[in-house]
This record gives sequence, structure tokens and C-alpha cells, in this order.
Amino acid sequence: MGQTIIEKILSNKSGCKVYAGSIVVADVDFIMGQDGTSPLAIRAFRDMGGSRLFDPSKVALVIDHSAPSPSEGVSNLHHAMREFARKTGCRLYDIGDGVCHQVMLESGRVGPGCLVIGADSHTCTYGALNAFATGVGSTDLAAALISGKMWFKVPPTIKIVCHGRLPKGTYSKDLILYLIGQVSADGATYRAVEFTGEAIDALSMEARFTISNMAIEMGAKAGLMKADEKTMAWIDRYGSCRSFEPVEADPDADYECVWEYDVSSLEPQVAKPHRVDNVVPLAELAGMPIDQAVIGTCTNGRLEDLRIACDIIGERHISPDVRFIVAPASRNIYLQALKEGILEKLVRAGAAVVTPGCGPCVGTHNGVPSDGEKVISTANRNFKGRMGNSTAEIYLASPAAVAAAALTGKITDPQEFIK
Amino acid sequence: MQFNGKAHKFGDDVNTDYIISGKYKFKTLNMDELAKHVMEDLDPEFYNKITPGDFIVAGKNFGCGSSREQAPLAIKHARIAAVLAKSFARIFYRNAINTGLPVVECDTDLIDHQDKLVVDLAAGFITNKTKGIQLQVKPLPKVMLKILSDGGLASHFRKHGGFSFDK
Repeated sequence: MGQTIIEKILSNKSGCKVYAGSIVVADVDFIMGQDGTSPLAIRAFRDMGGSRLFDPSKVALVIDHSAPSPSEGVSNLHHAMREFARKTGCRLYDIGDGVCHQVMLESGRVGPGCLVIGADSHTCTYGALNAFATGVGSTDLAAALISGKMWFKVPPTIKIVCHGRLPKGTYSKDLILYLIGQVSADGATYRAVEFTGEAIDALSMEARFTISNMAIEMGAKAGLMKADEKTMAWIDRYGSCRSFEPVEADPDADYECVWEYDVSSLEPQVAKPHRVDNVVPLAELAGMPIDQAVIGTCTNGRLEDLRIACDIIGERHISPDVRFIVAPASRNIYLQALKEGILEKLVRAGAAVVTPGCGPCVGTHNGVPSDGEKVISTANRNFKGRMGNSTAEIYLASPAAVAAAALTGKITDPQEFIK
Repeated sequence: MQFNGKAHKFGDDVNTDYIISGKYKFKTLNMDELAKHVMEDLDPEFYNKITPGDFIVAGKNFGCGSSREQAPLAIKHARIAAVLAKSFARIFYRNAINTGLPVVECDTDLIDHQDKLVVDLAAGFITNKTKGIQLQVKPLPKVMLKILSDGGLASHFRKHGGFSFDK
């Protein structure tokens, strides 16, 4: 019987041919932890009697959620991570290196056919690289740090087929928001999702990452895509330190269900407070004043996103009623955006550029809204209190829509600014 | 393990940011400190309403969102005996078992706020004393039972020197 992508990867990594429903103990190719989860993982590692990593070259810790540290409590946790990395020999990415997922995508360590776990729910981002990558908690992470293994229940797979081409002014963020609205916040819980179809094929890798990144917002364990020339070009570009074996689903693979969508007339979308699946066409909200606009995060802080925002902004200045925060997703992106003059343009337009990291998305620092304020953001979550103030409202949208809102001070169709 | 307590009722899709907000969880590993802020964005007084041994009772998709293990730990340290929900998000469910917080899938429409419950995990039943009814409990997967009966994943590892499951 044929297998889905996740069934194949878990078969390869466990050494036995498995299908949905089986329990496997599988070898892990790479392990990642960030500063919100690693300190607990280090504690669990010690509690389990761990003294050495199973393979230090397959482990990375990233300081990104509160980077640079905004308080002494955080500083001490960061210190513990640096000490752990020094003692065990694993790689530590420190403040300014970037959001853990972007750092992993650029590390050359993660690629087609891999099994990756990360102590962060958006680890599913690497599914766009044809890897089974999933978020785990700190204790699971610690067990893998010691053993190099992790147990999994092989999930059933839902296939989402996106037909057609996205219209101009509509982006992969609009597509994934639309899909989450359709599927709902728990529509894919305990399932893997395979995203396919010509609309996905036509997207750049950066745009595909946005889609896999948000698979968790429909509850999915993984958001997988097949590997194509664009995938391999990405791997080549980031100087991969290892060879990868792409995994394709068999033609007779057994899917729990197949959902098909024609995206050729999709409009820009917005997720309204306080749920990611509370999605409406942007047009329904057009004209609503906003106080803060944020571009960044593991969802949409990549170079392509900054370029799109920059094209929308042009030579204009942002609205005097708006604060505009830009967080490039990694040091590489930051440097490239400097080189291309993107950041200069955005800063001249009124943007505040902050250190690559997660701060503005998770409410640790770098842009906590005041009471009752409305924020439009390229992030992946709009939960009440997510940005650090439970009375604020967060609207999720594409980088183009956020840039357009920064210009006008209200929710605006970005198509108005596209030449 | 048998627990007696009252139900604190919440809705669907209670995410981990609601359970413990990012603005607190990044600062400390002191779970008793974090416990004081449990569910704060949904009910600022929640922590003060808990009698040790009470239950959180919720709808579907409890614990969706981030992978923070501080979420089950904050609930446990707030001395909640177990979380009962129609369904759980995947990562939260694993984290709860790994850290020894009992999570029970059942039809929580049969439980109202403040109902008095008896939850017997070993026998696998819930009695709603207020309503005089018994609820069916969806059994835990075998692997998770093994981890829970070993006292969480850390003690499972200490005991067996690694993963030890009967296939």
C-alpha cells in the first residue's frame, strides 16, 4: 500500500514500514530549542540524569524570544543556555542571529526527508522543505537530547490541493489565513497536512514557509510539501552540510481526506481578534483605524516580505497616527535588506527597526500595545494578550496589507498601492 | 488516583497564551510564581478561586497554540488535579502527560461550572455528584499510560535508561 510523506519519513527513521495509527520510536536528525523553552529542557535533561548530548552537531539553541534580554530574570535564563551550550558543545545562536525557525532554515542542517523536532510550536515551518518537523515541549526535547530519539504516533494525512494562481496583491499569507478560516483552529488536530497544487508550486520558498509555518494554527502536527527545484535551490544556496533525500507521497497513498480549493479569485484576508480562524476578506474591515503595524516574525519577516512592504511604501511616509515596527527574521535577512536599501527606505518612511527576534509577536518587549489599541501584524497568532496586553486587538494580515495600513493609518487593500 | 473537587468551566480553544501569558513565562522557572497568573487573561481572579484538587473543565481543543511546557506546569502548580476537555491540542496533551498533569477527554457538556466531581483515573470514570451522573472517559493511548504510570517522562527515562515501550 502506498504511503504519504509523513508515513515514509517515519518509516525511514524508525526502520519499519509504518502507516497512520502506528506508534514508532524514530531517530531525530536535528533538535532545536529557543529561550522560552530551553531553560526548562535543560532542567529536565538534568532531571533525567543527562550529562552528554547524543550528538552535539545535531543540536542548536536559539536566543530569540526575548533578545536582547529585557529583564534580569530573562538574562539569567539566557546565561544558563549559554553555559549549557558551552559545556555540551552544541551550537548557540545568540541575540541578533534571528528567529529560531529562520535560523534553522538558513542553517543547511534541515532539508528534505529529515525528521526535526523543536521546542517551539512553529517548528512545522520546515515542512515546506519536505522535512517532518514538529513542535514538542521541553521534556520531550530533553529526552531527545539524551537519546537522539522521539516517540510518535504516525498521524493520518489531510491533502489540501490549491488550484489556480493567486491574483496580484494576494499572497501566501492570504492563502493560509483563508485555509485556516475554512478548516478551523482544530480542523487538522493530530493530522499531518500535505499542501499541493499549482498555486503552491508557483510560490517562492519564502512564501511556502509562511504556509507551513501556520499549519499548527489548524492544529496540524506537520505542514508538508514535496521537494522541487526551488526546494533544492534553497538547500544549495544555504551551503548544506549534508545530503538530503526528498520524499514524495505515493500515488496510491491513503489520505484521510482531500480538500480542494480554487484560489484564483482569492482576495486579501485578515484574521480578526482573538482567533486565528476568525478570518474575513480584508475588504470587510477596510477603513478601520489602527495604532500599530508590525512586519516580522517566523511567519513573514523574510527578505521577500520586506521587499513587498518596501514596494508598497515607496517614497511615502507612514501615517502620523501609526507606529510601524519592522523585525527582520534573521541577521542574514537584516544584512541583505540593508544592502538592498530596503531598511533605509523603511526607516525614512517612519519604521522602527528592531533586533531580529520574536519580541513584538509574543509580548516580551519591542512593541507591547497600550490598552484597547488595534494592531495589524504579519504574525501567526492574534490571541488575547498575545502581544503583552490583553485589552489590545490584533489583526493578522500579509506584509503588503500591513505596509498599506502603516501608510494610511487604517486597514487598507494593498492593491491600491501596487503599480 | 481519585480526585474530589469542583469544576471551573472554560470554553473552546483555550490556548497556551491564556493558560500562561508569554509576558510572564519567559522570565522565570519558578512554576509557583507562574501559577499565580494561570488563566489570567480569561479570568484575572482565577488563581484565587482554586481550592486544591479542583478541575479545569473546557470544551474542544484545550491547550492549542505554543509548545510551552509552562502551561501544564502552571496548571499543576496552581494545584488543579486534572484538566477535563472534549479534546486537547496535540503538543499540550503530550506535555501534560510528560510532566504528570492528568488530562481527560470526555463530554464536558455534561458538567456545569462549580459542579462537584469525582475523577478516578485508575478506574477510568468521572462522577458528576451535582448532577448524579457518570461520564465515559476516553482511555489514554498505551504509550502515554506507561509514561504517566512511571510518573512522567523524566522518571520513565531514569527508570528504563531511555524509551521503553512494548510495540
